[in-house]
Amino acid sequence: MTALAPTPASRRRVRRGRAVPWLMLGPAIVLFAVFMAAPIAYTLVLSFQRSVVTGLGLGSGSRSTVFAGLDNYVAALGDPDFLASAGRVGLYGLVLVPTMLGLALLFALLLDSRRTRLRAFSRITIFLPYAVPAVISSLLWGFLYLPAVSPFYDVADALGIRLPEVLSGDIVILAVANIALWGGVGFNMIIMYTSLRSIPSDIYEAATLDGASETQIALRIKIPIILPSLIMTAIFSMIATLQVFAEPTTLKPLSNSISSVFTPLMKVYRDAFTRNDVYSASATSIVIAVVTFLLSFVFLRVVQRRAFGGEG
Amino acid sequence: MAIAIDRGPVSGRRDRASVVSTAILLLGALYCLLPLAWVLVASTKDGGELFTTNTFVPSGSLWDNIVELGSYRGGLFWRWMLNTALYAGVGAALSTVVSGLAGFALARYEFRGKGAVFTVLLAGVLVPGVILAIPQYFLLAQIGLTNTYWSVLLPQIISPYGIYLARIYTAASVPVDVIEAARTDGAGDFRIFWRIAVPMMSPGLVTIFLFQFVGIWNNFMLPYIMLGSDTLYPITVGLSGLLNQGSTVPALYSLVITGALLSIVPLVVLFLVLQRFWRVDLSAGAVKA
Repeated sequence: MTALAPTPASRRRVRRGRAVPWLMLGPAIVLFAVFMAAPIAYTLVLSFQRSVVTGLGLGSGSRSTVFAGLDNYVAALGDPDFLASAGRVGLYGLVLVPTMLGLALLFALLLDSRRTRLRAFSRITIFLPYAVPAVISSLLWGFLYLPAVSPFYDVADALGIRLPEVLSGDIVILAVANIALWGGVGFNMIIMYTSLRSIPSDIYEAATLDGASETQIALRIKIPIILPSLIMTAIFSMIATLQVFAEPTTLKPLSNSISSVFTPLMKVYRDAFTRNDVYSASATSIVIAVVTFLLSFVFLRVVQRRAFGGEG
Repeated sequence: MAIAIDRGPVSGRRDRASVVSTAILLLGALYCLLPLAWVLVASTKDGGELFTTNTFVPSGSLWDNIVELGSYRGGLFWRWMLNTALYAGVGAALSTVVSGLAGFALARYEFRGKGAVFTVLLAGVLVPGVILAIPQYFLLAQIGLTNTYWSVLLPQIISPYGIYLARIYTAASVPVDVIEAARTDGAGDFRIFWRIAVPMMSPGLVTIFLFQFVGIWNNFMLPYIMLGSDTLYPITVGLSGLLNQGSTVPALYSLVITGALLSIVPLVVLFLVLQRFWRVDLSAGAVKA
């Protein structure tokens, strides 16, 4: 632009050119500031405060906030409820993420194989649960877990097998993981399948001529090429794991084993709205956000390197 | 694994492989269909049959259940459905416009601070949305906006991931030459965006719309926190509350099940009709639609 002859018209264009991108970014920046930056800043401020009762503790002016330093963080990190919920979600993630991504990769590779039949049907059907909100899928699975209405228990009874009640005891975490698996495997499969489809097929031809089997091509060629997609889906899945809230909250009325502090976010919700301790809830939120951020930092690096290396 | 000689069309081997891989995929499909098939059958049963009859034998009460659900508290269920459509439809449309404009600006203009703006916006992808919901509630409470349509609609318009996708779609589908040519012809920047860039990047914009639509439709925590009066609820919060009551009033179970079925239908239809737009390559960012 600066190379153009400095006619009045082009100078006007250059000047306008400076304001225009900001006008286009305007709505996004304003909304980002109001609904993302401000809430984060507000949470940070709250997390360093606490409420104290002054005077006789009567009336609306009797409470004031004071600087609390790191007290809320110390309390949050030392809270056995929080540690138990974090451990529970950690275990949940360790079960869920590898199972979900392993199955998604398996399905994606099978969809990409010319030997597989009924591929369109399988692809659409496995992706379909993504259309079902987590609350609704928790509802459906919740009923399938109830011995009184579930077909699994009918079938098991007929075969003389006693199935454990998945909504009671510690295995309820597996019941929750299964709901997330059901909702997430198809979405991850589609992401991986799309990367597989973008590999030029002539890459395989040489390998096929050399006598490589389809399994070898999958392991030695396909998986390494789509590795960035796998890393991204892994990080997205880990972020989602840390935020698990809707599934256990929906299942709670059906199960005695799900407490109001079952996951870290459920504890944040309880502290903020049931106990009215927004300061402690804020500190716990920040802890969760920092852990999430550390996990996703890798993701940002991968994205920037992969996606914008060659953009003009 | 033995390295078999697999150069010619050895048909026996080929067929065996296809049977195994097809069977694995069909098992996966069965797993995914099972709860949907169950809700389809279960919603045909009345409250008593639900607990007494064989699970996969349908009954004839579907219409009765729908009527009963429709009359629950003066048609509250349909209100929830309309609310959800409003939140998801309007929210996703606004989000697509905001993301499209921002992505276009980031991809096709050079200006000071561009790198910083993009980095900050992209960092928003990493901020878990549910962690924002509670401070958003307290901030909106200070200006009296909680428990309104706005409280659910506004926070979900900003989508860092949508902006990220829009930037990639613009870079991939709107050539610089075309913009330069239009500019030479005297077209203004916003006119170029609406008339030239939007049609060229429309498959990408549809994908952004779908992502946001599904995201808002599925969102539970934000409306759960923001809303107090059940006439404003989206379907997720409404049905969750109904299930909560159902644990003491089992007769409500058949309403919950029928409601779950009816709430899935629009999204499933949307998916089947628009499924070609879901081929998103996250790492390369290209749309293969």
